[in-house]
Amino acid sequence: MAHEWLFVGMFLIIAIVFAIIPLALSRVVAPRKPHALKHQTYECGMETVGDTWVQFKVQYYIFSLVFVIFDVEIVFLFPWAVAYQQLPFFAVLEGVIFILILAGGLVYVWRKGALDWV
Amino acid sequence: MPEVNIGDLLVSLYDLLGWLLGAIGLHSSAVSVLQKLVSGFVLANFVMLTPIFTIWLERKVAARFQDRLGPNRVGPFGLFQSFADIVKLVIKEDITPTGADKVIFNIGPVLAVMSVVGIWAVIPFSSTMVGTDLNVGILYSVAVGAIGTLAIMMGGWASNNKYALLGAFRTVSQLVSYEVPMIIALLVPTMLAGSMRMNDIVAEQQVWFVVAAPLAMLVFLISSIAEAGRAPFDLMEAESEIVAGFHVEYTGMKFGVWMLAEFVHAFTISALTAVVFLGGWRGPLVDQYPLLGVIYFLTKTYVVYLVLLWIRVTLPRVRIDHMNNLNWKFLVPLSLAVLVVTALVGKAVPAGVSVGGRSLVLFLANVALVIVSMIILARVSRNLQAAEQVSIDTG
Repeated sequence: MAHEWLFVGMFLIIAIVFAIIPLALSRVVAPRKPHALKHQTYECGMETVGDTWVQFKVQYYIFSLVFVIFDVEIVFLFPWAVAYQQLPFFAVLEGVIFILILAGGLVYVWRKGALDWV
Repeated sequence: MPEVNIGDLLVSLYDLLGWLLGAIGLHSSAVSVLQKLVSGFVLANFVMLTPIFTIWLERKVAARFQDRLGPNRVGPFGLFQSFADIVKLVIKEDITPTGADKVIFNIGPVLAVMSVVGIWAVIPFSSTMVGTDLNVGILYSVAVGAIGTLAIMMGGWASNNKYALLGAFRTVSQLVSYEVPMIIALLVPTMLAGSMRMNDIVAEQQVWFVVAAPLAMLVFLISSIAEAGRAPFDLMEAESEIVAGFHVEYTGMKFGVWMLAEFVHAFTISALTAVVFLGGWRGPLVDQYPLLGVIYFLTKTYVVYLVLLWIRVTLPRVRIDHMNNLNWKFLVPLSLAVLVVTALVGKAVPAGVSVGGRSLVLFLANVALVIVSMIILARVSRNLQAAEQVSIDTG
């Protein structure tokens, strides 16, 4: 059990190293001539006005909120799906009822208009 | 000394390496760690070097679709074009804009590569060749893939650029939303195989799951394309609207690493589709010669990859509200319906029926579901058109 995850850990570290190698290589090879104008924020040639990190449209926040609700509920469905072959019909029906409650949440969000792009 | 089996060459080499390391007097746990390190290194090499070929393939095929020649100057058929591109990217100056959040700005691309390459740890190349056969394989692939979303958000936010920030916002509404139907679609094969282990899922596919769950595959493919941020769902880097979205401030090799992550991701979702729905390494004679499974698996992966490419060059970019509607008002309800129908129909089929018969029943259930959803869609669109007509008439 543990050694399976050991490979995952090593593999992720190898992946990070592989991503860093070209960056390091470019740091050695590439020229470096810093200039204040060159380091300005790009905005189609205009000078940037105001702060970038500002308040944003609440719609994006709502979508991520709906996502969190769904994602948490789907995690509960995975054990049910794995055990599905051995489950009696009644237990499957219970799972279906759970999914329907999930769909009820979707209908609620839909009717509230949270899914409309305004 | 373990005997070398030609039919399973790479695994034999792995054993041979273990034997050699043991022979020079290393402890068995050190041997297994070194074996894993070497195999992980080889696997990572394969994954990271694949884009060199797929980028060439993509440019060449896209060119053919558009009646052009594509790269044909560097090497035979332009095969070395990607190497030339890499050299160009490496020798470009690397610029970090003033005001950017430097640490997060630099971590972004690295994290993106890690997330997509990490998925390959659980993808089985053949019955014996798999990085590590986790018992939660499918869940792991989704979880690691989700880090890529985070990476794009980090890159867009840290750039201190308004276009990049817009790209990051779109990431939230797109990548995050499309994860829902993707995971629900993956529940269906989990249910049919009764396991989340990748090799179990492949082994269970005497009849490919694309027969028993064609709609789940369709939902998975569409939402994975959106997850990978490829056309027609490349809203977060839409060149014509927000310049290049989240990676507008990245130059040189950092930009190259973003691109690398994107191409690896496209290849990864093809591989996932091949494993979960198209029978992975399954094929004739694969029991005697497991190495053949690698060829079958890669063939299926490239076929799916070409389908993705076909979609990419055919469809124009979708509008952002259409994109959200497609996800929340079509794919999510559809995937929930597929899940319910598969669960109920799969249990309604008597236990004595063969795998083929069961798949056929599930296929027919899917066809019925397609017809029902088409009727509902037709009715909804008729109502929408009527409402639009009324608003035009009343001015």
